Amino acid sequence: MTSTTQAAEASSPPATSLQGKPRPGDRNFAATALGAGIFILVILAAVTAFLLIQGVPGMLADPADAPTTLGQSANFWDYVWPLAFGTIWASILALLFAVPLSIGIALFISHYAHRSLASVLGYIIDLLAAVPSVVYGLWGSTVFAKAVVPIYAWLNANLGWIPLFGGQVSVTGRTILTAAMVLAVMVLPIITAICREVFLQTPKLHEEAALALGATRWEMIRMAVLPFARPGIISGAMLGLGRALGETMAVAMVLSATGVVTIQLLTSTNPSTIPANIALKFGEAGYGLNVNVLIGTGLVLFVVTFGVNALARWIVSRRSEFSGAN
Amino acid sequence: MSKRIDVTNLNVYYGKFRAVEDVTMTIEPRAVTAFIGPSGCGKSTFLRTLNRMHEVIPNAYVEGEVLMDGENLYGTGVDPVRVRRQIGMVFQRPNPFPTMSIKENVLAGITLNARRLSTKEKDEIVERSLRGANLWEEVKNRLGLPGSGLSGGQQQRLCIARAIAMQPDVILMDEPCSALDPISTLAIEDLIQELKQTYTVVIVTHNMQQAARVSDTTAFFNIAGTGSPGKLIEMGSTEKIFSTPDVKATEDYISGRFG
Ligand SMILES: Nc1ncnc2c1ncn2[C@@H]1O[C@H](COP(=O)(O)OP(=O)(O)OP(=O)(O)O)[C@@H](O)[C@H]1O
Ligand SMILES: [Mg+2]
Repeated sequence: MTSTTQAAEASSPPATSLQGKPRPGDRNFAATALGAGIFILVILAAVTAFLLIQGVPGMLADPADAPTTLGQSANFWDYVWPLAFGTIWASILALLFAVPLSIGIALFISHYAHRSLASVLGYIIDLLAAVPSVVYGLWGSTVFAKAVVPIYAWLNANLGWIPLFGGQVSVTGRTILTAAMVLAVMVLPIITAICREVFLQTPKLHEEAALALGATRWEMIRMAVLPFARPGIISGAMLGLGRALGETMAVAMVLSATGVVTIQLLTSTNPSTIPANIALKFGEAGYGLNVNVLIGTGLVLFVVTFGVNALARWIVSRRSEFSGAN
Repeated sequence: MSKRIDVTNLNVYYGKFRAVEDVTMTIEPRAVTAFIGPSGCGKSTFLRTLNRMHEVIPNAYVEGEVLMDGENLYGTGVDPVRVRRQIGMVFQRPNPFPTMSIKENVLAGITLNARRLSTKEKDEIVERSLRGANLWEEVKNRLGLPGSGLSGGQQQRLCIARAIAMQPDVILMDEPCSALDPISTLAIEDLIQELKQTYTVVIVTHNMQQAARVSDTTAFFNIAGTGSPGKLIEMGSTEKIFSTPDVKATEDYISGRFG
């Protein structure tokens, strides 16, 4: 290395001393980064191609060719609609629980708790993320579902006039609301972790600006922290939503699904979700076009997830001139 | 409006570290008081104790007394939030809230007081404060645009407008011009001259000419060395400090023979 440099210096005339050779480190890094970028695109393209090639025949299938899946439906769309509804409905419900809770926990960790408590709490939240989803499924279906039955009964008896709480209350507790709450627990860690990070990144400058105006801590958070963190909160929520939309095992185990479309939360007739349905049906779908139908539902899920992400990006960019970037 | 501040035997600590030792001084109303001194001598630290902003930093605390028109800012039951509403602060780097418009920035402190204001009252406050900060003419046609879209000097004047919208008694400024170009600096200096008609103004600066230009009283702080606390060396009329200071160190610092 040294000798070549010296040789190069010795041989090159001083007039060209400002000309540089591309450094191998830079070049290698650029190539690796480019390669990684292309790799991601290739994977995405491959998955899309798989879903299209295998799924489209399922989407066009005659119910007679796919009796296990389409048996009771007029066509594919008739079959997938309750599933898509259930997927989105359960995920949105899960976010309704998880987002406010996550913001609260993250704020507590970033701005209220003493530093030692904050780190312990952060660690526990991270541990929650490491629990496998089957474990959540087991807990949700055996313990949690039973525990909420009295609450559901009370809601149904006292608030039954609200359509959400109406209908014949489930005796097992394995309703879409239970599934949504289990999902909420599962997406909580990721949303909390992201919120915590963005809250901690709030510029000191803006926090102090608020405090110097005589803001209390909560007012400071409303004035400086939350507006700054808004895009981050949305990104976190969307990551959580992505996980909730795709979650399979926990929903499959908790939810007692009948494939209806209803917004009643407490009954034993619930819409299933696309991933849970794929997992439950896959074993008996090994003939005809059944597998293709399931893959077709996977394609629908893919499109839904994609749409949700696009929506989130649009929301984040809408007020970008007022963003934290200064 | 303008109030006098009496500081008696004030010590400021960051945990075990004593950053400022035994400061006693009087800050006159309707005047500009400048703090000068080498980096690390505790000017910012001391300034922040005048509106209890040091309490934002974990483990920071003070011993001693700060009286504003006779009322102890550190007395029992005194709410730091109330103190800060009466003693405004402008920081070294302009810090308008990036998610708020120019107008919302000016009203940021006012809205904290939870009092419902009519649109007319709000508009009046915005105009009065922006005029008070010599910014009205430049921004009156774009009050709805983000404050972060202004130039650095305009942003700093916006921050001053935000502070005076609260109608404080005292305005503390920590190197308000150090991130600005000479023209913006002059605009702020002119503004400081006007502010002292109404407020008690305290300014920290590293710029000797600025201290000489804008202040009526100058306080010189110094440290013996790193790790030792900052002390108030000398305080007096700016004219005297800059011509015939009593202490050799002051003269050395002002004439650039420091260190
Ligand atoms: N947040 C903090 N925690 C611990 N020590 C601090 C903190 N802020 C400042 N100090 C220390 O207190 C002393 C005084 O600092 P201060 O910022 O008040 O100096 P200054 O006079 O404002 O300097 P400058 O002119 O560079 O702004 C320094 O020794 C500094 O290291
Ligand atoms: Mg300072």
